[in-house]
Amino acid sequence: MTEEKEEIVKRKVVVPGEVIIKGEDYLPGDWTTKEGDSIIANKFGLAEESGRLVKVIPLSGGYIPRRGNIVIGQVKDITFNGWIVDIDAHYQAFLSLNEFPRFISKNDLAEHYTIGDLLIAQVLGIKRTAVDLTLKSRGLGKIEKGLIIRVNSNKVPRVIGKGGSMVNLIKTETNCEISIGQNGIIWIKGENVEDELKAKKVILFVTEKSASEGLTEKVEKFLKENKTSGDKN
Amino acid sequence: MYITNLNKKEIEEYLKKGKRLDGRKPFEFREIVIEGGVSKNAEGSARVKVGETEVIAGVKMEVAEPYPDHQDEGTLMTAIELLPLASSRFEYGPPRIEAIETARVIDRGIRESGFLEFKKLCIKEGEKVFNIFVDLVVINDDGNLLDAGNIAAVAALKLAKMPVYDEEKGRIKYGEFTKKELPLSDKIPLSTTFYKVGEKILVDPTREEQEPSDGRITFTVTGGKEPVINAMQKGEEQTFSAEEIEEMVKELEKIFKEQSAKISKQIDKLGK
Amino acid sequence: MGYTKRSDGRKMDEMRKIEVKVGVVPNADGSALFAFGDTIAIASVFGPRPLYPQHSQDPSKGIIRCNYTMLPFSVTERARPGPNRRSQEIGKITEWALTPCVDLKDYPGTVVDVHVVILQANASTRCAGINAAAIAMAHAGVPMKEMVSAISIGKIDDKIVTDITKEEEDHKEGEGATDIPMAFLSKSGRISLLQLDGMIQTRRLKEAIEAGRKACKEIYKIQEDVLKKSLKEK
Repeated sequence: MTEEKEEIVKRKVVVPGEVIIKGEDYLPGDWTTKEGDSIIANKFGLAEESGRLVKVIPLSGGYIPRRGNIVIGQVKDITFNGWIVDIDAHYQAFLSLNEFPRFISKNDLAEHYTIGDLLIAQVLGIKRTAVDLTLKSRGLGKIEKGLIIRVNSNKVPRVIGKGGSMVNLIKTETNCEISIGQNGIIWIKGENVEDELKAKKVILFVTEKSASEGLTEKVEKFLKENKTSGDKN
Repeated sequence: MYITNLNKKEIEEYLKKGKRLDGRKPFEFREIVIEGGVSKNAEGSARVKVGETEVIAGVKMEVAEPYPDHQDEGTLMTAIELLPLASSRFEYGPPRIEAIETARVIDRGIRESGFLEFKKLCIKEGEKVFNIFVDLVVINDDGNLLDAGNIAAVAALKLAKMPVYDEEKGRIKYGEFTKKELPLSDKIPLSTTFYKVGEKILVDPTREEQEPSDGRITFTVTGGKEPVINAMQKGEEQTFSAEEIEEMVKELEKIFKEQSAKISKQIDKLGK
Repeated sequence: MGYTKRSDGRKMDEMRKIEVKVGVVPNADGSALFAFGDTIAIASVFGPRPLYPQHSQDPSKGIIRCNYTMLPFSVTERARPGPNRRSQEIGKITEWALTPCVDLKDYPGTVVDVHVVILQANASTRCAGINAAAIAMAHAGVPMKEMVSAISIGKIDDKIVTDITKEEEDHKEGEGATDIPMAFLSKSGRISLLQLDGMIQTRRLKEAIEAGRKACKEIYKIQEDVLKKSLKEK
């Protein structure tokens, strides 16, 4: 983030092929192309200008993995040297046995993780048609118990909030642990079923209202209206 | 890509506490919404939503020769298409066993209930009868296609109107309708399918709940002085004890009473 | 005398009432309904997702695959379920109409599956299907350079008309009925679908194409509008 004042014009919804803005100085950002002096949208979403860069923020469409992302996936298959993991992206992901937190032998793969197991992992690298995962970081590994929900990956930033503000609000108010995969898969663990269902409800509420203004206030209101008997106040 | 079974363990944990992932109780149905007249070229049609599951039924009629062993009766054929449109679970190709079984269970329920008065579909004994085709199409699969399909078939039949029949030519004038309903009795068949997940039993699962289920029993019931079961089907590999079946039948009586009232009310409103 | 009045009273260049909806199939990545009067099409889109078997994959880019199905009760005489040659041909031309819109060079080895289902038919089903599919693909977030819109232009006897009905298709007098389905890309204006069934003098083809272009501009606005509105309610 530079010191320059960012000119954020009111976002407008655009469809593919639509001219977002005209002007020699503008630069084509994510999901746009420049033709002559027109910036054209290449996806359905919200067009945003910041300074001279014009991009489209998609609100639909699949997860696009980026290095460093934390993702939650499901083991689909075991090969001779690792696990194939489904992370709900355009391509499958691979967790090599070398990326397991400690040394394990090739024969023990199935003992550690078997088909159907859920993992929290980190994206190590992206190849042309495959994604590599690693577990060599704190907090990564198998998920046992807890409720899993899926949201569109484009809504994840809203669920997290600025500096984690939204997810922290939900965690406190529902008394649940929550882990959010950048790929839109979210894990919730509470002390009881009611709290987990409440957290699920709130997260889905956030994704439904993700394009609206004043989301934090709306969520606080929603939380008040949905107090369960397990709440403290 | 389309990860299923994410919550398999959790579903069973929740059920042990009498709860489900969407907060429902084990024997609670999702909201049912019925809409009629969704496809004008059909003799009758209905769209049924059970939660997010959506099934459309269309009734078409034909004139043909009767079967040799039922010379004075019309016929019924029920089919269901599990279109890839509705779920990445479905693929193009010949009907899968799921489609075949689902259609046959729904068909059996309608046939055995006496809902459709086959003898009244006879035009000329031994020569001409009306054949009724009920085609079910899944538009969105979120579980329990058996019960949703049954409601759609029944609603479409109830809302259908007899086409104009040209006696001279012995043909149906498609596109021209009378105001007459099909020959139906008041025995409306409603199915309730009980699904076993782990050790627990529930009704009307979402797709996510249905994935870990490995056993089910469908009961098709009609009302009257007392509820009568006209068709049953146990499906999948899991087995049931006699006690479990008794428990199901108790719930069945409650569910049937409530559901049939709700559904009849909706269909009657549409008929007006 | 020629065809002076349309059977349903519309003007020569008037389309039937259009109905559009987005998100009609919650399971799909994107979906839409598009209707020209009594012709109703639903489209659902899944992908981009890995394409199996691997040997069908295109290593240079993602591809789209389209299927077209008419429901048995969508027509006056029941249509037997299952694919037939007509539905396979229409699936292919739908694919050709939509492919120029998409930009899948960053998704090699993947496929975008587009399913078109006709709920109710009164001519122009393939065009309704293409219109629904374009909205559904945008809704699904498929990377697209532009949208596409389709219309059936007809020549009924000697008149060029917009959006023909089944009744008009059956017109027998004079030069009879000619069906000219066409599709235009929204930004470049290029034609991605063009078929003809009947007869038209060479000198009149241009008139038909321009009638199609005009109608498709209107259809594009409707497609754009329903997509934008789908985000606004929230």
